[in-house]
Amino acid sequence: MILKPQINDIKNIGYYLGRIILGIGLTMFLPFIMGIILFREANPALDFLISANIAIFIGVTLSWLCKTNKELHAGPAMVVIALSWLAAMALSAIPLSLSGHYKSFLDACFETMSGFTTTGLTLVQDLDHLSQSHNLWRHLGPFLGGQGIAIIAISFLVKGTSGSLNLYLGEGRDEKLVPNIIHTARFIWAISIVYLILGTILLGLVGISIGLKPQSAFFHGACIFMAGFDTAGFSPQSPNILYYHSLIYEIVIIFFMVIGSFNFNLHYQIWRGNFKEIWKNIETRTLLFVIMIVILITMVGLRQLGVYSDGIILFRKGFFQLISGQTTTGYMTIYAQQFIKEWGELALIGIIISMALGGCACSTAGGIKMLRVGIICKAFRQDVKRIILSPSAIVVQKFHHIRTMFIEDAQVRAVLIVTIGYFFLYGLGTLIGVWLGYPFLEALFESTSAAANVGLSCGITDTSMPAILKITYIIEMWAGRLELMSVFALFGFFVAYLKGK
Amino acid sequence: MKNFFLLLGLCLALNISNSNCYAQTVSSSDLLSNNKAYDGEIVTYQGEVIGDVMIRQDYAWLHVNDGAIALGIWANRKMVQDILYTGNYHKKGDIVEVTGIFHRSCLEHGGDLDIHASEIKKILSGGSDPHPLSRKKAYLGIFSLVLVLFFYALKKIFQR
Repeated sequence: MILKPQINDIKNIGYYLGRIILGIGLTMFLPFIMGIILFREANPALDFLISANIAIFIGVTLSWLCKTNKELHAGPAMVVIALSWLAAMALSAIPLSLSGHYKSFLDACFETMSGFTTTGLTLVQDLDHLSQSHNLWRHLGPFLGGQGIAIIAISFLVKGTSGSLNLYLGEGRDEKLVPNIIHTARFIWAISIVYLILGTILLGLVGISIGLKPQSAFFHGACIFMAGFDTAGFSPQSPNILYYHSLIYEIVIIFFMVIGSFNFNLHYQIWRGNFKEIWKNIETRTLLFVIMIVILITMVGLRQLGVYSDGIILFRKGFFQLISGQTTTGYMTIYAQQFIKEWGELALIGIIISMALGGCACSTAGGIKMLRVGIICKAFRQDVKRIILSPSAIVVQKFHHIRTMFIEDAQVRAVLIVTIGYFFLYGLGTLIGVWLGYPFLEALFESTSAAANVGLSCGITDTSMPAILKITYIIEMWAGRLELMSVFALFGFFVAYLKGK
Repeated sequence: MKNFFLLLGLCLALNISNSNCYAQTVSSSDLLSNNKAYDGEIVTYQGEVIGDVMIRQDYAWLHVNDGAIALGIWANRKMVQDILYTGNYHKKGDIVEVTGIFHRSCLEHGGDLDIHASEIKKILSGGSDPHPLSRKKAYLGIFSLVLVLFFYALKKIFQR
């Protein structure tokens, strides 16, 4: 029998959702203040003042009307997370929509969902004339969403450890770095802010060395770092990373994309001086192995068609796009049209595989994740051993992720459910794309890019694409970022409300 | 005979003026769609200079946007001296016409798609792009701020 959610459950959801919306509203004061003081952009600053007030009003009202001292359980926490990402999308789209650089509110929603989920697909028009305040907000989205919207609330706005833990788990994270969840959330922020400062300085200095003016260099540095470390792929100028025409800039970005795709738990181990964990960890080993395989496929594909006449250029272009896809960042040093016009099917398949598999778990990266890929490979190996060895033999399979663990059937089952869910998402977007008349490979490429929160585009993502495809990609980005479970919980909650007793 | 030479002279004059005034410009989408055909060819491309002009010793990188895509232009430093405005939120960039060799994958620049300029002509000077304060937005911003502060005060009173 399905139990109908009680009024207390709904109030509980409303209260936590209100706190998260309040947090989103407060963050809008950053571009507002910067717009007035630093960028001297009055109208864009007003866009943020209006939007912040709307968000704060909704957030405070919701948390006031639904005030409760009840702890948040796992199910409602997942509903809170799923709804808060939709609320973040809609409220953050208000200032972008007011900028006049988006064809419709749906396009602005697409942009913010793409930002928060660290995807990087964009529908902005005339990006090169967009104000710095709006540009800062576009890049702040990935920085907030990459760490997790709930992480903001847990760190500063939500009391109670149990509720915080459930919110944390609902956002597709299942690893605590330190025993206390609030301390874990604050540690994630500490890592990110330290890296942000270092990254901005480094990219700023490199920017100056390649001819950018100092203010522009540091602004670009901060934006590129936020979208690079948080594996989003937004850029302040329309040519994306091709704008910089610099090998050293590309190398620094590759470094940040790779460390951004690492598990926060691995960062914690490195901070504690446990450098051996990098080589022992199943995720980094799987990542290295997968990169070698997909790089081989991509290079063979590019070589076969003679896309790049020079070996070094072939490696530079191929490797950058591939690492960008694998870390689910989406930065590009070629134009979107070149993927389809020049790269050929084999190289595209290499990129699609890298995007689909993605980065590490508990990071800002999307996709199926290396931990799951590693566990599936180990489980496969275990089953092959079971077939080969005597039926009475006890076959155990271990893997190392922070500590050494045995693979259990329940764990493999959970991993496979999420993996199948991702394939379903990739397939759904492809199906709709093909139905709307796009070629299969292009539809698969773009759908995988959206669902795995990558942001590489072969040209389908455009303001002129059908609204139904924009909505499909929004759903894919949302479900992909939350690793599907919170989305299932939200639908389950609605079903329980309608059919429950 | 006199008429024939007159006609010939007129035709030649028209032909010369035609080639001077109507130099075929290509669009960025045309260049990207037919990049293999244009590879290594001299093209004329027109658009607004956007972003930064990045000086690299004796040369410079600039980006010219024709309304669809911004392409990278590699030019001698002297050629970009006349460019005073580059497009951003506060400014409209100079409109330039670039003539140069198009590279689908430039060997000199790590495989980037670019144009090596042999000539840059300023067609139209840019300038500041003023954005007068929107009164509607200002009123809405102040009104919403007052509303939120009033609501917050009300909430505090009720909580007591």
